[in-house]
Amino acid sequence: MSRHTLSVLVEDQPGVLARVASLFSRRSYNIESLAVGTTELPGISRMTIVVSIDASHALEQVTKQLNKLVNVIKIVELDPDASVQREILLVKVRTDLESRSHVLETVQLFRAKVVDVAPDAVTIEATGSRDKLDALLRMLEPFGIKELVQSGMVAIGRGGRSITDRSLHAVERTA
Amino acid sequence: MTDPQHSGPAASDATPMTGAESLVRSLEHAGVEVVFGIPGGAILPAYDPLMDSSAVRHVLVRHEQGAGHAAEGYAHVTGKVGVAMATSGPGATNLVTPIANAYMDSIPLVAITGQVPSTAIGTDAFQEADIRGITMPITKHSFLVTDPDEIPHAVAAAFHIASTGRPGPVLVDVAKDTLQHDTTFRWPRTLNLPGYRPVTRPHAKQVREAARLILESRRPVLYIGGGVIRAGATAGLRKLAEVTGLPVVTTLMARGAFPDSHPQHLGMPGMHGSVTAVGALQKADLLVAIGTRFDDRVTGQLNTFAPGAKVVHADIDPAEISKNRIADVPIVGDAAEVIADLIAAVEGEYAAGRTGDYEAWWKLLNKMKQTYPLGYEMPDDGSVSPQYVIERLGRIAGPETIFAAGVGQHQMWAAQFISYENPRTWLNSGGAGTMGYAVPAAMGAKVGRPDATVWAVDGDGCFQMTNQELVTCAVNDIQIKVAVINNGSLGMVRQWQTLFYNQRYSNTDLESHRLPDFVKLADAYGCHGLRCESPEQVDATIEKAMALDDAPVVIDFVVHKDAMVWPMVAAGTSNDDIKVARDLAPSWERED
Repeated sequence: MSRHTLSVLVEDQPGVLARVASLFSRRSYNIESLAVGTTELPGISRMTIVVSIDASHALEQVTKQLNKLVNVIKIVELDPDASVQREILLVKVRTDLESRSHVLETVQLFRAKVVDVAPDAVTIEATGSRDKLDALLRMLEPFGIKELVQSGMVAIGRGGRSITDRSLHAVERTA
Repeated sequence: MTDPQHSGPAASDATPMTGAESLVRSLEHAGVEVVFGIPGGAILPAYDPLMDSSAVRHVLVRHEQGAGHAAEGYAHVTGKVGVAMATSGPGATNLVTPIANAYMDSIPLVAITGQVPSTAIGTDAFQEADIRGITMPITKHSFLVTDPDEIPHAVAAAFHIASTGRPGPVLVDVAKDTLQHDTTFRWPRTLNLPGYRPVTRPHAKQVREAARLILESRRPVLYIGGGVIRAGATAGLRKLAEVTGLPVVTTLMARGAFPDSHPQHLGMPGMHGSVTAVGALQKADLLVAIGTRFDDRVTGQLNTFAPGAKVVHADIDPAEISKNRIADVPIVGDAAEVIADLIAAVEGEYAAGRTGDYEAWWKLLNKMKQTYPLGYEMPDDGSVSPQYVIERLGRIAGPETIFAAGVGQHQMWAAQFISYENPRTWLNSGGAGTMGYAVPAAMGAKVGRPDATVWAVDGDGCFQMTNQELVTCAVNDIQIKVAVINNGSLGMVRQWQTLFYNQRYSNTDLESHRLPDFVKLADAYGCHGLRCESPEQVDATIEKAMALDDAPVVIDFVVHKDAMVWPMVAAGTSNDDIKVARDLAPSWERED
């Protein structure tokens, strides 16, 4: 299995999220995460979709099928080395007087921050790559994770160019 | 029709009217001649101005599924967009099967459905169904219109999307209050579809590479699919075949794309294809696949399909290329343009002194053709052979006749034993396998081609699913003719039970030799009913049906129950294991 990050520009129309989700479900493609939001262009939304696939030509099928959706304008695969990829995580960790300082130390090591404190817990906010967040969670686990919520990944290409320029590697091939 | 700038009546500027009037006006501008449908609560506002339209004829069907298949039949024979109209809820859900069918067989279809008022959407209102959500995976695109000003653009875009690129079904769901509100009609001069850009021009380098492979190969086959018919590329195909001298196979969806009588035609490939067509694909060193999608019913077990062949795959839909079989030379483009460019490229090679050599290949193929012609045995109990009925029907009706089949044994026999010489004369449900397709599709075909003789070749199982449309035909003077191949059972399922389930016939006996009485049923529907029970009566009965011209005709051909469709590649097995009869494999493996 390999993981790929697709940035998908779509028309901001009702039902477009359902169309994309329905396509993945119907064709048995695995979505690892999906995040949607507005862009600098009015009427255009951007989806960041992380897919995991098992064969090399499967990614081509995913992008070709996505391209067939009338509301999909452009698809670009973002190379992890040439893009910034971030997720946000909020986690509520069990703490007492004894463990709190250890938890705070971990928070500092990962450049995360504490956004809420209670006598028996702290809530931590962290952003970063999947690997970094996984590592943070591994460190926090022994203290006791009471509640966990994660966003989908968002990603943007490095350098001065924009996805709306043609120069980024467009997955949109003509077969 | 696809270009909103040059279609319909003179483009009028802003005209005040209701949403319903705007919808009807939009259909007129889209060039619609006929709509198949049934009114109901939510779509009712549209039916009022529809009554006054002189350009758009409405055919009132008896079930929405009939409307959908009729629109498909109309689209298939005319090449235009078929239109079906229904109300919300169950009216719309009854269109789901034809929409799915049109999606699988790439038929340009626009389905217009009424929706509950926009204020009631999401409240589980009476006759509310989220038809846009329900049809999302089986439409090329869909619109839910809740602003009357958006009706013209939605209709124009729907027709454009349905008919361009790879054709397919588009749904336009319009809320009832949207139809009732006042609006201003403006036919759009341009369409705002930034994400829709079908590629029609093939890549020149890929075409040259394909031409080079054609001349280099020693065992090439033109593997032709329904896309060639959709693209109107059949004349070009014939030229390509004759210029190159390549053998041709036509899939179930492509019957008629290349004349059956042509010496270069090897027949239909696939699960019930001819030994020569299947064998040619298996032995080929090059497949030139045009407008086809390597469907499992053609390839059999995929990893043993055409093992020695390189693949040139041309299709208008990039997602079909390398989906099932990796293409060595992918070509995205319209089949007509691809074929024209291929002819030019091959002629360029000839001019440079390079030619192909397929002499040994043709020798092998001709031997296969001779050794394994399609055939069938007459039952020895004096009963009627279904293959014989269908073969005679093809002969007597002739190559200008349009045939529409249901799904099952009779469909395969109609694909095998009728000789198709012209495109758009063979209609069937290929991808979806929709039983009940034949009668309504034939009705739509007859509406689209009133000059042509249209025969539905149906099974007794299929016929009982949609025969209510015979009333529509009788009332509207749509004179189709129906040959019911009545073996009293769900024949294809029974065949599988014979072959794979130890002759345990679980729930396949319909008893339709006894009930219903199809002759009386035809009579009740205002049609002529004829029955044929012996081989000697077959020709005379067909000729009598051909002569009747004051009402639709139904012939109940009571046929032998145990006839089977051969050849057969059992599902999931390799094409190499094709059987010409039970436990009888051809020996085309041996070359000499």
